[in-house]
Amino acid sequence: MVNTAPAPTTDPVGGDVPDLTRPRPETTTVKDTPGYTVFRWVNTTILVLVAAVTLYPFLNLAARAFSSEAAIRSGDVTVWPIGFNTTTLMSVLEQDLFWRNYANTVVYTVVGTAIAMALTTTFAYVLSKKYLKGRMILIGFAVFTMFFTGGLIPNYILVSELGFKNTIWAVVVPQAINVFNLLVMKSFFENFPVELEEAAAIDGLTTYGIFFRVVLPLSKAVLATMVLFYAVWFWNSWFPAFLYMDDPEMYPVTVFLRNIIAGATGTGEGLSDVAVQIGANVKAVTMLLTALPIVCLYPFVQKYFVSGVMLGSVKG
Amino acid sequence: MATELRGATELRGKETWGLALRKHWRLYTLALLPVIWFLVFRYLPMAGNVIAFRRFRPGGSIFGEEWVGLYYIERFIQDQAFWQAFQNTVIIGALTLVIVFPLPIILALLLNELRSRVFKRFVQTVSYLPHFMSVVIVAGFVFELTSLDGTVNRLVKLFGGDPISFMQQADWFRTIYVSSEVWQTVGWGTILYLATLTTIDAQLYEAARIDGANRWQQTWHVTLPGIRPTMMVLLILNIGQFMQVGFEKIFLLYNTLTQPTADVISTYIYRVGLTSGQLSYATAIGLFEAVIGLVLVFSANAISRRVTGSSLW
Repeated sequence: MVNTAPAPTTDPVGGDVPDLTRPRPETTTVKDTPGYTVFRWVNTTILVLVAAVTLYPFLNLAARAFSSEAAIRSGDVTVWPIGFNTTTLMSVLEQDLFWRNYANTVVYTVVGTAIAMALTTTFAYVLSKKYLKGRMILIGFAVFTMFFTGGLIPNYILVSELGFKNTIWAVVVPQAINVFNLLVMKSFFENFPVELEEAAAIDGLTTYGIFFRVVLPLSKAVLATMVLFYAVWFWNSWFPAFLYMDDPEMYPVTVFLRNIIAGATGTGEGLSDVAVQIGANVKAVTMLLTALPIVCLYPFVQKYFVSGVMLGSVKG
Repeated sequence: MATELRGATELRGKETWGLALRKHWRLYTLALLPVIWFLVFRYLPMAGNVIAFRRFRPGGSIFGEEWVGLYYIERFIQDQAFWQAFQNTVIIGALTLVIVFPLPIILALLLNELRSRVFKRFVQTVSYLPHFMSVVIVAGFVFELTSLDGTVNRLVKLFGGDPISFMQQADWFRTIYVSSEVWQTVGWGTILYLATLTTIDAQLYEAARIDGANRWQQTWHVTLPGIRPTMMVLLILNIGQFMQVGFEKIFLLYNTLTQPTADVISTYIYRVGLTSGQLSYATAIGLFEAVIGLVLVFSANAISRRVTGSSLW
């Protein structure tokens, strides 16, 4: 697919991944033609607009979350709160159900990521051993599921029959392995220096010992990347919980939010009497609180995501 | 033990299974749990598709009770609502392919012309962000922006129009769906193209310039051929997902008013199977959808391999 660039950078994941911010090599020492100068201005304008359009919904959301109900109804709120207040925020934060669902999301994310990592790392390590008999069969066995799935109904019957309904397992087990992540890890382990493993074997470590005591400790960066991918996936997941859980106490916060958006919980039952602001506000505040952890963490972990994607695209 | 390591002199393919198992049994045991997981949660449901041809009763066997042949298949072929959903799937899928697929390429090319690293990094960072938002949040954004007091209607009023209740009108659904898809996926989609762009040899540009190619011609004759393999691979993957157009997002966005344009096969399966409990019938439709998806991806791969030389396998 994509071969690695000749210009490796200090990449967090340890693969030699190209630096995406590097400008195109200047192929001209002569001055830009007038036409190209115009193009550069237009291009910059377009990209500023792209950034603005991308960010706008977030700014608008934050503005609505802190505006007065009247200001929202008048349709005047854009990127700055009008009639600033935190009444709605406080009333959402006072709801027990919201906190319980938020805690559920944290638990599902932690447990789901742990299970996913255990299954993905072990399988990826096995698949990275090119001398292993049956390796191609196992790879095909995993990759085929990317293109053909059982479908909604057979999955639903399976999860129900296993007795997973209204349990955490319905959310964390059926989606445990993401084949794309599996392939990313596989290509990382394929590039792991074989000398290290050979040295460990000479020192008398078994395959288990090599994997747990040599390979994994030296793969912290790629493990962190995978943890992030899975954690975001489980944090954002809502459909399995919506499908298999009847008890509102079990919902993750995404389902809580979905019910508000769909109007299933009307205007947010259980809000204290203090809250005169309902409807649009509650929606905005709940969305804000759901997206907040990701938006806050994102700038710091962005580079891991990017290198993870590129690692997977390097032909193994 | 040391014997578990690859013997340097060992020739591949000469090993018997018995020998392989004896030498690498620890590796095979590591694969045991993941393989069981795949069997149970991926392959068992595939086998479960057999209930498309058998009558399923809740509480009975998960593989159905008795054979009914092609009864359910014939039923959906005569089902008006199914064909409506099929048509919507094809339209939304085609719109997604035609509009959403090329945009990351264009955005990557535009980013590639920037000379300021700082600005380039800023645009990249911002444009990746939507990819990490839950589909529930994205649906929330859509409702917020298109509501009567939302920003879109503010713009409509600015230009002298009357506010439109976008989410209640079937005519608007596809536009809104595709726009939200663009907003969420295009930025993240540029990564692989940008990665490929960095691998293009600067000497090629140099040579093209000496041959008198201007910027545009350099892009056309050097840059685009350079990213063609990446384009083809992503196109094949996209075609493979043609049938399963964003089920979750449509499920969150659509309602009875927008159903005529919004209802796709996957949402129809949900309603038939899980709302009205016709599990065998819904499975038959699901199987049809999955088989089409499989055929699409294999054909796209074969065509691409023959025409452009790049393919997934």
